[in-house]
Amino acid sequence: MLEITTTRHNPLIDPQLHVWGWEIPLYLFVGGVVAGMMVIAGLAMLRTAKGEDTARFFSVQTPLLAFVLLNVGMLALLLDLAHPLYVWAVYLTFEPASPMSWGSWVLLLVYAILLVSALVRLHEAWPWLGRTLPAVERWSDAITRSPARLALLGWMNVVFGVAVGIYTGILLNTMVARPLWNTSVLPVLFLVSGVSAGAAAMHLASRFFGRRPAPQGLVAGFLSALAQPLGPQPPEKSTVDTLIRADVALLALELVLLALLVLGMLTSTASHAAAAALVLGGPYTLAFWGAIVVAGILVPILLQSLELSRRIPHTVLPALLVLAGGYVLRWVMVNAGQASEIVQAAAR
Amino acid sequence: MARYGMVIDTRKCVGCMDCVVACQTENSVPQGYCRDWITTEVRGEFPSLTMEIRSERCNHCDNPPCVSCCPTGASHVEPDGRFVHVTASRCIGCKACIASCPYGARFVHPDGYVDKCTFCAHRVRQGQDPACVSVCPTRCMYFGDLDDPQSKVSELLRTRRWHVLLPDAGTKPRVYYLS
Repeated sequence: MLEITTTRHNPLIDPQLHVWGWEIPLYLFVGGVVAGMMVIAGLAMLRTAKGEDTARFFSVQTPLLAFVLLNVGMLALLLDLAHPLYVWAVYLTFEPASPMSWGSWVLLLVYAILLVSALVRLHEAWPWLGRTLPAVERWSDAITRSPARLALLGWMNVVFGVAVGIYTGILLNTMVARPLWNTSVLPVLFLVSGVSAGAAAMHLASRFFGRRPAPQGLVAGFLSALAQPLGPQPPEKSTVDTLIRADVALLALELVLLALLVLGMLTSTASHAAAAALVLGGPYTLAFWGAIVVAGILVPILLQSLELSRRIPHTVLPALLVLAGGYVLRWVMVNAGQASEIVQAAAR
Repeated sequence: MARYGMVIDTRKCVGCMDCVVACQTENSVPQGYCRDWITTEVRGEFPSLTMEIRSERCNHCDNPPCVSCCPTGASHVEPDGRFVHVTASRCIGCKACIASCPYGARFVHPDGYVDKCTFCAHRVRQGQDPACVSVCPTRCMYFGDLDDPQSKVSELLRTRRWHVLLPDAGTKPRVYYLS
């Protein structure tokens, strides 16, 4: 028997670490969605630069939606800070050993890349912008009419999209004190889950808003531009099918990564095995298997496969489930990860 | 340059918590928080039991994960004495260091920065022992330069059996427990 008692009683630390509440899971989820949308939009830009007509696919509203989501995520990150007014201190230094320092600087670059990507051709969907700021129209044309510039923007979206997706996992993965996070599978899992959720978010937005005629003016024009992530016109069926097909493949990959994560934990040290027990009979079992694996991956794979083979009509249900599953994945990992700790050996 | 460490004799410690109260008084630790605490570890089956009482705190690790994960450099190692400290005015309260510490030594101060044991550097720099060491009624705590072979702490670590907390974490803690 090993019985440990302590007189320590610090808030947020005892009896169990819980320094991160809803803000960090939300930020990690939104960061993943933004990463996914950047990768998908970047790939579409590269195809456009090669001369393919993907205008109806990528348009510029994907980066715009991603840009708005990025702001939501960064707001959540700010709200999590114990001293949000000091947030600028992050940008007075670069700490090469700190994943959060890397992430803060990458976020700054991503902010600029998404802003430029969103402004390119935005004036087409939001005429008010082109009328008020003719310069935006000139810069946009300078980029869209040069395949080399568009390809560069596309590559930046892909590279920094992958960087953000991986960063959301490395942030947790580098902490030796939390065995559930301390696995190299985590950054890849978060990246794949993020791209899958990004595809789902684009799919969802296209289903909700894609078929409305675009309103004009300042506010209505902006909102309608935001609400048409697949382009000013309704997306083609083949475009939506491509998104769904990619989503099914990514979900299957996510399933493999989740299995590797649990298997790796179970076969590692006693601390890692104890961390795996949190989702294998522990308090996070139902959320992990029910919400993430069944409702967030298996059911969407089934529904989307049936949709692709035209056995059932298209609905937004799979996209909603994928997004909900993506959030629950971050929620479980952040909370169960805080509950996991290095365990001490007992004689028996 | 000194590399300060603490040696605590668990055979003498009775868990009176004088060290805890001395720290709270010396460092104006806010009510409801503590920078050091008493851990009691009982092993075996009744009636064959053995108990170890430890006064625990920040281990001022040689390889501190809380310092490497800090995005602002607020969490840092002081060049004199290798104290692991937090600069309150640079801390944004992201709490990454709290999550990265395997010992649970850190907490968020009500004023919005991360706080923890300083090894009473302000006292040590004036030639005094940390507050917790100075008040111990059983004299079970020792503080000194680990790099100085003539120091009391070096002598104890040479001559007595000792262990550190969670050595597998690779943090190289500098609070040693004699057993």
